[in-house]
Amino acid sequence: MLSSKEQKKIYELMVKTRVLEERLIKMNKSGQGFFWIGGPGEEAFNVPLGLLINKGEGLNHDFLHFHYRQSATLLTMGAKMIDVIRQMHNVAADPYSGGRNFVNHFAVKEWNVVNVTSPIEVQYAFCIGTGVAQARNKAKGITIVTGGDAGTAEGEFQSCLLWSSRKNRELPILIIVTNNRWGISTPQNEVHPKSGIAARAKGFGIKTAAVNGNNPLTSYEALQKAMHYVRKERKPFLMEVFVSRLYGHSSASGANWVGGEADCIREFEKQLKKKKIMKDSDFQKIRQKYEEEAKKALIEVLEEPKPDPASIFNHVFVDRKDAELV
Amino acid sequence: MATMAQAIRLALHYGEENLGVKDIFGEDVGPPLGGVFTCTQGLKNAWNSPLDERGIIGCAMGLAIAGQRPVAEIQFSDYIFNTIDLLKMCGNTLWCSNGIWQVPMVVMTPVGAGIHGSIYHSHSFESIMTHIQGWKIVMPSCAYDAYGLMLSAIQDPNPVMYLIPKALLRSQGEEKIPGEPENPKELSKMIDAPLGDRSQWKPKWPDLGDPKMPLGKAKIRLEGEHISVISYGRMLPLCMEAARQLADEGVDCEVIDLRTLFPYDQKTIFDSVKKTGRVVVVNEDTEVTNYGEHILRRITEDCFYYLEAPPTLLAGANVPGIGLSEPLEQASVPQLSSIINTLRKVAETA
Ligand SMILES: Cc1ncc(C[n+]2csc(CCOP(=O)(O)OP(=O)(O)O)c2C)c(N)n1
Repeated sequence: MLSSKEQKKIYELMVKTRVLEERLIKMNKSGQGFFWIGGPGEEAFNVPLGLLINKGEGLNHDFLHFHYRQSATLLTMGAKMIDVIRQMHNVAADPYSGGRNFVNHFAVKEWNVVNVTSPIEVQYAFCIGTGVAQARNKAKGITIVTGGDAGTAEGEFQSCLLWSSRKNRELPILIIVTNNRWGISTPQNEVHPKSGIAARAKGFGIKTAAVNGNNPLTSYEALQKAMHYVRKERKPFLMEVFVSRLYGHSSASGANWVGGEADCIREFEKQLKKKKIMKDSDFQKIRQKYEEEAKKALIEVLEEPKPDPASIFNHVFVDRKDAELV
Repeated sequence: MATMAQAIRLALHYGEENLGVKDIFGEDVGPPLGGVFTCTQGLKNAWNSPLDERGIIGCAMGLAIAGQRPVAEIQFSDYIFNTIDLLKMCGNTLWCSNGIWQVPMVVMTPVGAGIHGSIYHSHSFESIMTHIQGWKIVMPSCAYDAYGLMLSAIQDPNPVMYLIPKALLRSQGEEKIPGEPENPKELSKMIDAPLGDRSQWKPKWPDLGDPKMPLGKAKIRLEGEHISVISYGRMLPLCMEAARQLADEGVDCEVIDLRTLFPYDQKTIFDSVKKTGRVVVVNEDTEVTNYGEHILRRITEDCFYYLEAPPTLLAGANVPGIGLSEPLEQASVPQLSSIINTLRKVAETA
């Protein structure tokens, strides 16, 4: 059981993320960012994930192959609100892509966060490699990969299941699928078998768990168990996590509150109140604090310069050498 | 002297001994076979992957991200097409992350016709590959370069696509690889696996060196005054033979072996064309949006006032595949005769 203090901390981080995401959506709607995609509705799972990650650089820490709904994990790990806002506003100081990529497309070398990229499911192929390196080196770290339910139709999902479960060559990969029951506008039951995603891993002999991702406490526990297994046994584990998609797919679908889906923050507030860990005024105070932080950050970012056009040739190759055909 | 297949094997051995290569993998790359062309025979770090090209490229990229120096093989370039978006990502990861993540990996894959490989063992790949940014792309035309380019590819901090002209894999080189024994029979005894059961066999590796062959540098194989012939890979020896025969007619060819297709050696190309005023690019990829067209476009822009004849491309016919039957293959990719005819025509243009 998590202590009251730990529960409070989880709550704070969930709210901090939600406030940030809502700020990003506002930025998009007011022309301060071209496109929004993010993770409102996944905080109850993604905060515990961030808390349990063995954070650091290199094989002895967890390698993280994330998709674009992972803001809560990154904030939990210590990412700054202002940096996410920088990426949203595509300024030069965006530490993840220098104004090149969409928001929530993180890249952090010191924390093994491999850069998030738009093509669905490719991370399930790349994670094989960090898994192989960690398995061989008997490293302390594991590999963690996340993605959505619709994307599991892609071949990389099967690649990941197969490569990670080869006999005597198992890979220490925590395979996470956050199931929001949608791929943009296509309902899951139209394109996927009824048996569910976890069932597919069973065919490879991979242990699985289905998790209610709207409850941070059960998410935390389930993650702890799954991670313990992967860390100790050096074998893959698949978690299918049921989450909400509270603002739709992205700004392309309007980024409006959808309604009718469980909101993990409201649910958690009910629990916290019942257990007398926090009260309404605490909730308000926390929200206000982060709203102010986000607003202040935005004001600062709006003044920051955009990237230099001459920088397009930077990082085509290492050291910029050979990039430009003179 | 070593064959190209042996040269690649020697280079990979040097890589696993001296350059930190811990993964040489792909379909049938590990024991017992050691690669369908024997390029990975006897290597201690060679292993068999599942038959999954996307998994192979994905795994290589993950290994590179994790600070390893993987060398992955796609068994034939004909089967690399389903990995193109992943290749794009290997090439754009550094750029997209604004310099945060380097991807030092090598992918090697056999290309081109010349072994009666029919439709799906004859594809060329350089024209598509050179559209994928962030990669260095090399293609040797002889064993010595196959060795040197592989060592440089492994040491390069960027992803490198190593295209193998499969029809040349059995051809013996003229230049000795540093550390190679004098007698090719001796080398074969040392590093070629025996036929039949090889479970007890271990190669005996020569003590090898690194010739330090820089990427991005072409080699002038033959100096000449009348016409610049720019080629690489399997077409290069044919261009050399064509040049020899044309010399008897008084046509003096300068033959340039590009070796690295990207970033290519602009200076050597431009200097040569400015000297000769005539240029033919020869390769076997299909001719429409062919890699050679880019080279010719740059020559047209940069050397226009030096040109004395139309800059010319001799490439493969724009057909979906190379037919199996000899006359079909010969009609589909440049042959010695068509190279000679093309060079003669450009040389004779007044
Ligand atoms: C390979 C690929 N195909 C299509 C798209 C366009 N696209 C972006 S998100 C998406 C749906 C993804 O659904 P899911 O995997 O369930 O993840 P979710 O966004 O619901 O979290 C699609 C089709 C893409 N980005 N990449």
